Amino acid sequence: MEGIQTWWEGIQQQFYINFIQDDRWKYLWNGLGVTLQLTFCAVLIGIVLGVILAMIRSTYDKNYQEMRPGFGRFMLKILNIIAKIYLTVIRGTPVVVQLMIMYYIILASSNNKLLVGMIAFGVNSGAYVAEIVRSGIMSIDPGQFEAGRSLGFNYVQTMRYVIIPQALKNVLPALANEFIVLLKETSVAGYIAMQDLTKGGDIIRGVTYSPFMPLIGVALIYLVMVMFFTFLVNKLERRLRNSER
Amino acid sequence: MSGNESLIRVENLQKHYNKGAIKALDGINTEIKKGEVVVVIGPSGSGKSTFLRCLNLLEVPTGGHIYFDGVDITDVKSDINIHRQRMGMVFQHFNLFPHMTILKNMIIAPMKLQGKSEAEATELAMKLLRRVGLEDRANAYPSQLSGGQKQRIAIVRALCMQPEVMLFDEPTSALDPEMVGEVLEVMKQLAEENMTMVVVTHEMGFAREVATRVMFMADGRQVEEGTPEEIFTNPKSERLQTFLAKVL
Repeated sequence: MEGIQTWWEGIQQQFYINFIQDDRWKYLWNGLGVTLQLTFCAVLIGIVLGVILAMIRSTYDKNYQEMRPGFGRFMLKILNIIAKIYLTVIRGTPVVVQLMIMYYIILASSNNKLLVGMIAFGVNSGAYVAEIVRSGIMSIDPGQFEAGRSLGFNYVQTMRYVIIPQALKNVLPALANEFIVLLKETSVAGYIAMQDLTKGGDIIRGVTYSPFMPLIGVALIYLVMVMFFTFLVNKLERRLRNSER
Repeated sequence: MSGNESLIRVENLQKHYNKGAIKALDGINTEIKKGEVVVVIGPSGSGKSTFLRCLNLLEVPTGGHIYFDGVDITDVKSDINIHRQRMGMVFQHFNLFPHMTILKNMIIAPMKLQGKSEAEATELAMKLLRRVGLEDRANAYPSQLSGGQKQRIAIVRALCMQPEVMLFDEPTSALDPEMVGEVLEVMKQLAEENMTMVVVTHEMGFAREVATRVMFMADGRQVEEGTPEEIFTNPKSERLQTFLAKVL
């Protein structure tokens, strides 16, 4: 009896020291804000980049062979090579390394860490989104494309009004998953001294010298968020399956 | 049928694959006049769909010329998108846009390409929908329609651009038999209104009844051409005779 009571008091004390004293919970709260901002913006950048890349790659795959030789064909080839290099480099190197290269080398002149983080994670995410969206574009029936062109839409208009909306709808669950992955990946933001959720927990640990509470707390917050977003994704998936197709 | 002004002129049209190893089209010459209904028939693999798809450059010819309203559209410098706005096309598999309502399917091209206001485009779309008896489906999605309804929508979607010629690529081949009639009926109406039409089909009854001219193709060439009377009751070539023996 006495043992359990001592243990329980210990827990309470630990909780108090790690979260309540000196308002230390604010490290987690503010960190959570940074993590969410970072993830949302990075996903948006990733989707924009990804759609552009996917358009280049799928245009090349579908049309290059039949195109008339000329400036357009040459440009497409160059763009496709750039896209391929980008995809290979981004997917072939760790995101932490990319983040540090972005912060210490490419954007060394900027001291807005949040912005640098958004760009670094966005550029990283773009490579993965590109392949997701590309698979979406390639899955659309070629007849859709022909129907658009036969009405008089040019290539870009057909993509914009006919193909991309359908492709994005098809890959929406996969994109939402990318968001979940990114949410966890941003935990390395501390490498450029950003105070995200993980870093917040680590700061508390450094101050209180007790790792258990802050780290388990951080892990739980991530877990709850991931479970929540997974729930949303599943719901979305079910609704899309039931909708008009 | 009125008018004898040429709308489309095809000169020595070629479509080769594998550097000439396969000749899908091997020198087609023809002229389509305003108000004409040209029905293209032939065995499968004869190149009739390829021919039709070349007319609006969905398929890029490897040789020859196509003049639409006097302009060589096979010329690299001509802007095919402008010409396509004046040529409607109906596909075997309808190809309605599944993410848009019927009305949106119909008004998007006029709005984005002809600069029409939504009200203006909707007015024309509703008029056309009434004509094919589907005005109550304006806000439905394509997946909620039957095959015959989808194809009728596909026809009026093309008509919303007020084209000068309509191209039909086997419009009834993907339909259940009981739905073929309603689609042919719409096409017949169009023909009666003097729309210029080029129709690739296996519906010999339609060809006989509606066509002003029938073109029989085999192996990428036009083997015989003439009025339905000439083609169906007086076939000259052996090729056409065997074909008709099989399909009639």
